[in-house]
Amino acid sequence: MVTGTALEAELRRLAGSVPDPELPVLTLEELGVLRGVQMIGPGRVEVELTPTYTGCPAIEAMTADIERILHEHGMAEVSVVTVLSPPWSTDDISAEGRRKLAEFGIAPPRPGAMGGPVPLTLTVRCPHCGSAETELLSRFSSTACKALRRCVTCREPFDHFKEL
Amino acid sequence: MTAALALGDDALVLSHRLGEWAGHAPVLEEEVALANIALDLLGQARTLLSLVGDEDELAYRREERAFRNLQLVEQPNGDFAHTIARQLYFSTYQLLLYGQLASGDSAFAALAAKAVKEVAYHQDHAEQWTLRLGDGTTESHERMQRACDALWRFTGEMFHPVEGLDVDREALRSAWLESVTGVLHRATLTVPDTPDTGAWSAGAGRQGLHTEAFGRMLAEMQHLHRSHPGASW
Repeated sequence: MVTGTALEAELRRLAGSVPDPELPVLTLEELGVLRGVQMIGPGRVEVELTPTYTGCPAIEAMTADIERILHEHGMAEVSVVTVLSPPWSTDDISAEGRRKLAEFGIAPPRPGAMGGPVPLTLTVRCPHCGSAETELLSRFSSTACKALRRCVTCREPFDHFKEL
Repeated sequence: MTAALALGDDALVLSHRLGEWAGHAPVLEEEVALANIALDLLGQARTLLSLVGDEDELAYRREERAFRNLQLVEQPNGDFAHTIARQLYFSTYQLLLYGQLASGDSAFAALAAKAVKEVAYHQDHAEQWTLRLGDGTTESHERMQRACDALWRFTGEMFHPVEGLDVDREALRSAWLESVTGVLHRATLTVPDTPDTGAWSAGAGRQGLHTEAFGRMLAEMQHLHRSHPGASW
């Protein structure tokens, strides 16, 4: 029999392995939105999730996916609660998550979103050809969390996961 | 809970107005941008209205007089310049307001700390467009100036007291004026010198008194829910 904490760690691993519904290359763990998993009774588990953006509709799909996977692993009652504080930041995306984003054709957010003006001066590299010569087309792209840019070198447009 | 209703209604009503641009924006990128801003605002509205009661009941079943939003946010989209002037005035206010609330310990602190980062992008979007239109062609300059002038009389209400909203209103007002003045000057626009409250409507949105266009907006926003109560997607 597994102990409570080992079970919690296993459930966290399962919940964290759920793919992001909008960016299926990333898991919720890599996205950094999973805040905690606690047993609150026999067969009852509470999961804390934080949204990337306040209005992000993906949170409902994430909740349903977490409930499903934990039900499948014997949890009779799964409650997913949304927490806002501390606010999610793109700095919460893991190094592996950033690597996968770039591989998927999305320029990853620059580090240091929390701290002042530095990120604004760093270059966003083209995820296709690696060129540093890129320009902003629109501050908002296919989702609120991305900006639309274009590579001056290879001429390809691409999404940039903007710093938050 | 007056304050949660006031801030929640601001976000909800402006979100709906921006959503009206879907299918009508001048370029595709802008359509997507306005819809994304609307979505951020809708997220704020859901959180804020949930502090008061059932979000759907509040959004879809209240009468016009029960809404506590600023008259500014209910103003029709007008031409693109009007939408941008409304965005500049409101996002600058919201950025400063949430900045203050985020550092406090009110019921709004967690939401404000999160939303302030999103609103920074809204403000930047409005600022860049104000510069581009104001310092653009003769026509875009004229239209942008006309829009800034037309909406100015709705800006004073942002700094009126709201029950339960613990903010330094004087600091808010001076920081807002400084920021907006800076943007307008850089855009070669003139800061309106007319009163910032209308003769008959001063501060009325927060008391539930709204302008004519708001009733029509609500009718459209609420009709589906009212026609098909309890319907699900």
